[in-house]
Amino acid sequence: MMDSMARQIRRIVLEQSKRANVGHIGSALSVADLVAVLYGGVLRVSDPKDPQRDRFVLSKGHAMLAVHAALFLRGWLTQEELNTYCGDGSFLGVHPEYGLRGVDFAAGSLGQGLSVAAGAALAARLQHSPRRAFALLSDAECNEGATWEAVMFAAHHKLANLIAIVDLNGQQALGHTDQVLSLRPLAERWRAFGWDAHEVDGHDIAALQETLAGLDPAVGAPHVLIARTTFGKGVSYMQGQIKWHYWPMSDAEYGQALREVEAMP
Amino acid sequence: MRQAFVQTLVELAARDPRILLLTADLGYLALEPFMEKHPDRFFNVGVAEQNMVGLATGLAEAGFIPYVYSIVPFAVLRPYEFIRNGPVQHRLPVRIVGVGGGLEYGTNGLSHYGLEDIAVMRAQPGLTVIAPADAPQARGAVAATWNLPGPVYYRIGKDDKAIVPGLEGRFELGKVQHLREGSDLLLIAMGAVATEAATAAQELAARGVSCSLVIVASVTPAPVDELAGLLARHPVVLTVEAHYRVGGLGSLVAEVIAERDLRCHLVRCGVGSLLNGITGSQRYLHQLYGLSAEKLVETAMAAVRRNKL
Repeated sequence: MMDSMARQIRRIVLEQSKRANVGHIGSALSVADLVAVLYGGVLRVSDPKDPQRDRFVLSKGHAMLAVHAALFLRGWLTQEELNTYCGDGSFLGVHPEYGLRGVDFAAGSLGQGLSVAAGAALAARLQHSPRRAFALLSDAECNEGATWEAVMFAAHHKLANLIAIVDLNGQQALGHTDQVLSLRPLAERWRAFGWDAHEVDGHDIAALQETLAGLDPAVGAPHVLIARTTFGKGVSYMQGQIKWHYWPMSDAEYGQALREVEAMP
Repeated sequence: MRQAFVQTLVELAARDPRILLLTADLGYLALEPFMEKHPDRFFNVGVAEQNMVGLATGLAEAGFIPYVYSIVPFAVLRPYEFIRNGPVQHRLPVRIVGVGGGLEYGTNGLSHYGLEDIAVMRAQPGLTVIAPADAPQARGAVAATWNLPGPVYYRIGKDDKAIVPGLEGRFELGKVQHLREGSDLLLIAMGAVATEAATAAQELAARGVSCSLVIVASVTPAPVDELAGLLARHPVVLTVEAHYRVGGLGSLVAEVIAERDLRCHLVRCGVGSLLNGITGSQRYLHQLYGLSAEKLVETAMAAVRRNKL
């Protein structure tokens, strides 16, 4: 089910990017499987307005198109609403905006989401609620000092109900993370700060499900999945290519991308 | 103001379990009453103001009313973008508490001065901005606004002893507080430096200048209509604030004069530019930047004289 959801997310990402003639395609494809796992069953949200729902922060807000697709697939957005993506007067912008049904927190400025998610996790603890808080970060967000303020706070307060996922695709806007500002060894860094860190293949849906299901949200350290991913995953000419951070597709590129995504195993 | 603020918060927290207090490792000899009374609702988050505001955003979304506390520049400027993207954008009841506006941290130097907080906070739509003039007004202001549905910024002075005579704790959102009524000159003061303005008004009256004095503690929502009425009745106006001249109370009053097409002469008393690296007591700095009662009287006398020429 999640495999099929991931494929549909990729297809919608391509369709909507092409229709709106916008970029950020590579980032959205990078997180498609992570988003499918979260919205395909991990996030406990029956109604996006239920106060007892799990909270989710897309801290790497520029991958929002993948989440728009998931919100549509969950039935919280209509096809008509989805088709307003990047249109005038639409709530569906490049980043998650306040006021869009299904968005717990707006984002777009990197390095802020983990703090907000930590606040949501602390709130759940203070209210004796079993709900959890998830934050999906980019690897380059770990350049931001404020991310590490939140990392320290969550470890100190043993926020076991806080689950961070780092989309480790090794690329950022102007280059590869190894060349811009090295993050290595990333999992060890989170562990050194007191987190329960798991290195996983960010495209292996079964492995992601199993890892997430094994986390104890009640007692112990906060959890982080360092999810190794491929930027542009599923579209051969985008994979690992910096230009697809911002570039829109030509008609020929769009046709090839759709065929490749449909053919994914 | 600081102790009055904390005491008020302790009392409110006893009534309302949604109230939390977060500090970025500041508030020694100030926050202890809250820590002792409500230890499970007090969090020292460490020296991490950005995270503090992010946490407060997540807490407020879940129904809490978090107060985040630091010295003005650390409470406002360091996490400013978090305030903008968090409580302001999400319309959440986070309370930003900045201690020591203006030059109150005297010998600690520029890093600790709050000279542009009102400018940047009043730029944010939907953010209530409150700058009480003394401790009783701080108490009144917190009691009147703690339960607002949106975010609030409080600029709280350090001094609990200095009192603005006649103010007596009065505060109302979107209103000025009248302290003296005259016809030659209007003094409009904001924040703890209002005590200097009050002393100056007395001295001016003794010198035969018929002088009005009002306090603006509710910066946002601004008392625009009341100010317009006052400005229309006075030929000369002095704004008094421990803040840069740009963006604060003086700018607010200038906006009202321009937009209401009023004819009065405005003198903005505030910090024009900083002398390189010079510090000292608040009293010394107020004198240096023209904000002491003595300097305000000089400025006012000159402005009134010029107007009569």
